[in-house]
Amino acid sequence: MTETSERQGIEVEGLVREFKNGPRAVDGIDLRVAPGEIYGFLGPNGAGKSTTVLMLTTLLPPTAGTARVAGFDIASEGPRVRASIGAALQEAALDPLLSGAEHMRLQTALHGLGKAERRRRGAELLERVGLADAAGRRVGGYSGGMRRRLDLALALAHRPRILFLDEPTTGLDIQSRTALWEEVARLAAEDGVTVFLTTQYLEEADALADRVGIIDHGKLVAEGTPAALKAEIGRPTVEAVPRDPADQGRTRDVLARFGEPAGAAPKGAAVRLAGGESELAEVVRALDGEGIAIERLQLHAPSLDDVFLAKTGRSLEGAGEATEAAEPVEAT
Amino acid sequence: MSGGARTQVGQLARRSVLRTLRQPAQIAPALVFPLFLLAVNTGGLKDATNLPGFPTDSYLTFALAVPFMQGALFSVMNSGTDLARDIETGFLNRLALTPLRGAALLSGLLAGSVVLGLIQAATYLAVGLIAGADLAAGAGGALVIVALSVTITVAFGTIGLFAALRTGSGEAVQGLFPLFFVVLFLSSMALPLDLLQTEWFHDIAAANPVSYLLGAFRSLLIEGWELDELALGFGIALAILAIGMVAASSALRTRLVRT
Repeated sequence: MTETSERQGIEVEGLVREFKNGPRAVDGIDLRVAPGEIYGFLGPNGAGKSTTVLMLTTLLPPTAGTARVAGFDIASEGPRVRASIGAALQEAALDPLLSGAEHMRLQTALHGLGKAERRRRGAELLERVGLADAAGRRVGGYSGGMRRRLDLALALAHRPRILFLDEPTTGLDIQSRTALWEEVARLAAEDGVTVFLTTQYLEEADALADRVGIIDHGKLVAEGTPAALKAEIGRPTVEAVPRDPADQGRTRDVLARFGEPAGAAPKGAAVRLAGGESELAEVVRALDGEGIAIERLQLHAPSLDDVFLAKTGRSLEGAGEATEAAEPVEAT
Repeated sequence: MSGGARTQVGQLARRSVLRTLRQPAQIAPALVFPLFLLAVNTGGLKDATNLPGFPTDSYLTFALAVPFMQGALFSVMNSGTDLARDIETGFLNRLALTPLRGAALLSGLLAGSVVLGLIQAATYLAVGLIAGADLAAGAGGALVIVALSVTITVAFGTIGLFAALRTGSGEAVQGLFPLFFVVLFLSSMALPLDLLQTEWFHDIAAANPVSYLLGAFRSLLIEGWELDELALGFGIALAILAIGMVAASSALRTRLVRT
């Protein structure tokens, strides 16, 4: 690894990928990821996340634009880029007939590690991801979480400075997801690894990423720290569901006094509080004053989904646990 | 070959062999099906030995060449579907992110075909000899038969790799099986070339390289050491291997568009 590659993160300018007879999968993306940073690349299915990762990992040539990964140009210095990065791409690509240890042996050998180093590094990584006891078992019998952890270990075999994780926790249960998050966070914090993470999970981007880029239809529509992006949206949302469905219209009217409508609330009404969350008490009093019995009242802090909604005009569909910091309030 | 390339080929070969040995369902049909057809053909066509000019009075000896070819056809399927699965699952992308050389990948993948070819050849020959087939070239001839069988198996395996790299689909590779079987049937599989009376069939069989691959096996089984026929058989097998490797290498470059 050169000094340059250790200093550099990811720099992307005007990156474009067009497919035959199709729209631009990636349409002029600019972004920078600092060394040691965890960058969350958030977007719905088909937004262009994986295509971007394939280009940055040199597996797909860009149609236009430039990108440097670890200081090397992805178009003209592919081998040097690959030597500097590790990648766990969408769907853990493992051989069900090989054991975890055999995967590690193959991966470390292909990266040119010596025999003794292969054994040592393989055992160390399997231990780190909690697969030491399952190392001799064929991967076909692994759970989804175990496969993802092995995938991560394989990506780290040659000590890359930059790690690409393409939807690493899709399909995993909460426990496996949390374990993977902890490992990724540790890699960045303790080992200084730069992490480029694509995800559909708002919660994941919020919990892990130092900065988030939101992509939609191949374009980067927002970028910043999760806190800054949410602060940009600013106001929290209150949603009220009346006990009697016939009161839905009156509920909507009452809430309309406190702000503009926000999102869909099929059984009630939701507004973005113009005066912030301090208005919640007044909302409760106003509903009570109108004699509307409320079954459920929830205050939503601004979420990355709100950011996505604000930037694209629609909600981030299929993004898992989209609501965050939901604070149920006692029904009136 | 550099040390790094040797390690790459060795590790991929190890994987390929392990995969082959861990899939009994892949090995069993390649052993059972050709031997079953051998038994059926030998029983049904044994009177062909009465035809004037038939080279032996044992149809089993004549027909024993065929399982080696049928076994090689299974190699097309096995090597092709294994690689297609690697493409479909993204395993090939994992390999592409390493400093792996394309030639090392193809060579390593064919190691499984070598092992399967050895198992097949030894089994067919042993069963044939136990059933009463002749082996005019003796013990040395047995070794050459195994060597020729492995060469053909690997050569056909490259066609499987090419098909997998071009299509990226295991189903598409398996779709080749009937086509190859037709090619096998349009050869001197059932009768010697000079006894094929139907003109169009004779012409096709005479132009079909499979006839000469069968001829090389039969020369060792029936006649002894016929160097011309052996050279022709090995020459055709090596030519298929060379063409298959070039085609597969080209398809690999297209498939792996890494920069």
